[in-house]
Amino acid sequence: MTQSGISQMLLERRRLLAASAAFGVTPLLAHAQGAPVSGAQSPGGQSPGAQSLGGKEITVDGARTSPIPIAIPPMAGGGGGTDSLGRDMAGVITGNLQRSGLFRPIDPAAFIGEAPADTPNFQNWKAIGAQALMTGRVESQGGDRVRVEFRLWDVLPGTQIQGTAYSTTLGNWRRIAHIISDVIYERLLGEKGYFDTRIVYIAGSGPRDRRVKRLAIMDQDSANNRFLSDGTWNALTPRFHPTRDQIAFMSYANNKPRVYMFDLATGRQHILGDFGGITLSPRFSPDGANIIMAQTRGGGSDIYVVPTSGGGGRQLTNSGAIDVSPCYSPDGSQIVFNSDRGGDQQIYVMGSGGGGVKRISFGRGQYATPVWSPRGDYIAFTRFGGGTFAIGVMHPDGTGERILSESYFVEAPTFAPNGRVIMFCRETAARDSRGAGYSARLVSIDIAGFNERPVSTPTDASDADWSPLLG
Amino acid sequence: MNVKILGAFGALALLAACSTPADTTSASAAGAGGTMGGAGSVTPGSQEDLVASGNDRVFFATNASALTSDSRGKLDQQAAFLSRYPQDNVQIAGNCDERGTEEFNIALGQRRANSARDYMVARGVAGSRVTTISYGKDRPTALGSDESAWQQNRNAITSVR
Repeated sequence: MTQSGISQMLLERRRLLAASAAFGVTPLLAHAQGAPVSGAQSPGGQSPGAQSLGGKEITVDGARTSPIPIAIPPMAGGGGGTDSLGRDMAGVITGNLQRSGLFRPIDPAAFIGEAPADTPNFQNWKAIGAQALMTGRVESQGGDRVRVEFRLWDVLPGTQIQGTAYSTTLGNWRRIAHIISDVIYERLLGEKGYFDTRIVYIAGSGPRDRRVKRLAIMDQDSANNRFLSDGTWNALTPRFHPTRDQIAFMSYANNKPRVYMFDLATGRQHILGDFGGITLSPRFSPDGANIIMAQTRGGGSDIYVVPTSGGGGRQLTNSGAIDVSPCYSPDGSQIVFNSDRGGDQQIYVMGSGGGGVKRISFGRGQYATPVWSPRGDYIAFTRFGGGTFAIGVMHPDGTGERILSESYFVEAPTFAPNGRVIMFCRETAARDSRGAGYSARLVSIDIAGFNERPVSTPTDASDADWSPLLG
Repeated sequence: MNVKILGAFGALALLAACSTPADTTSASAAGAGGTMGGAGSVTPGSQEDLVASGNDRVFFATNASALTSDSRGKLDQQAAFLSRYPQDNVQIAGNCDERGTEEFNIALGQRRANSARDYMVARGVAGSRVTTISYGKDRPTALGSDESAWQQNRNAITSVR
């Protein structure tokens, strides 16, 4: 991509950000009789907790074995472009909930009667087995302004669970659909969703011995894919800043592999710190003030903490072995990392100041690429040995290890911000000596080990990092 | 060219324990190239010259950075090459096979490159003439997914800069 192409893209991105800050969010009064007034609240306030559907409490664990049947008819339009916009928004919401594995959107072919605008005829939705129903309306407000209102209904008692209206620009329609998806997820499951998020990853192309690896970003549903670097120099391991529009990543710029900061708003990048060795595997601290990363030295590599604002780094490990892939706990008090100090690759935890190193991986084989769940309850990892690689999770004290997916090659898990879904890279083996059959793709899976699905990307993909909720 | 080849064989003879069929083949190939290239198609001291010598890379066992006797022999010849061509600087790139995780492999590739460099420096090559880099598993020589490809890809490759 040319520099001007990047600038154009970043302008769009900036517009998007500016617009998102200007979302108008209005709570809608309940329409159905007997609907609780407290049900009509906007998102963004206190978490309203799980809604019982038809008097039955729903949890994520329950939804895993029995996904919530939900009807999502097209949002009603007011003519012109709003009709198709209403269909498209319902499609995005349906796709999000479907992919989560926790909802079972009902095939629109089964719907009885027209999509309701205000108070639905609940009999028609009961008859097709819907427990939850989403309705909505899209209205043009002149120019490129639109107002989107949506309501979430508990079908059996016929009550409104949520009603919210958003006024925004047309260009934001996908984000509004993701935000609505998150509201539905949170109201019905009692936990934050992860749909209004993005994935930064490495796009791979070309033959493997001359592989081009570009920095790329897309929405979590694979929409709005953009390449952020042109491939002149290979890029690796991008990671989101927790709050700002910045990415830390490794670049081979000028044949000096180092960790760089990339600013999404300006497209500018700068090297982080002044290190003699290769710097790699960066991750931000939960408050965004620091980055931990590794620097190679002699026959090994050490872990350093470097202020995001620049300046000197502080060395945290000095084992003489390879210490890489550090990642903070969500409270910032601990660091999990990968080391071969004991002879082969294992996972260790230490205090964020560098002391109290303790090995936590004791299963069969070697362990790598640890990453701490945003919920704090799990560390995801790559395990390998005996000819296969696997993605798994364990508790931070090393107990409760569970393998989620195993194949010829998988690595580098990243958590959705609610800690319920993991994305990772899967490679297939080459079939012949020319490398035919090799591929690298992203895959997502529920941390319970079900609902594994490919993540669509325009090219080969690896090194995914899941953003926090854009909010 | 002939002097150089004799020099190469001389180095092999000194390292009696290191002479392997592979080394002999490489040296012969270089000799044949030298004969055919009598018109000077390969510039002495160039990258092509180093590659033609068959001594531009050393190989490692899985997850290892220790130099084998064969590797030390090749690095001795690289040191001799640098001594013959004092204007040359080299880069040593460490590489790994695909059966490892990306971040660790970058550090492992650097460990391999440093292992080769440290040996050359111990053999009298000025440290300032040898830079290192690691590509982890991102620059495989062999594109297959089998034992022979992995063996070829666990290496440190020296190139004239």
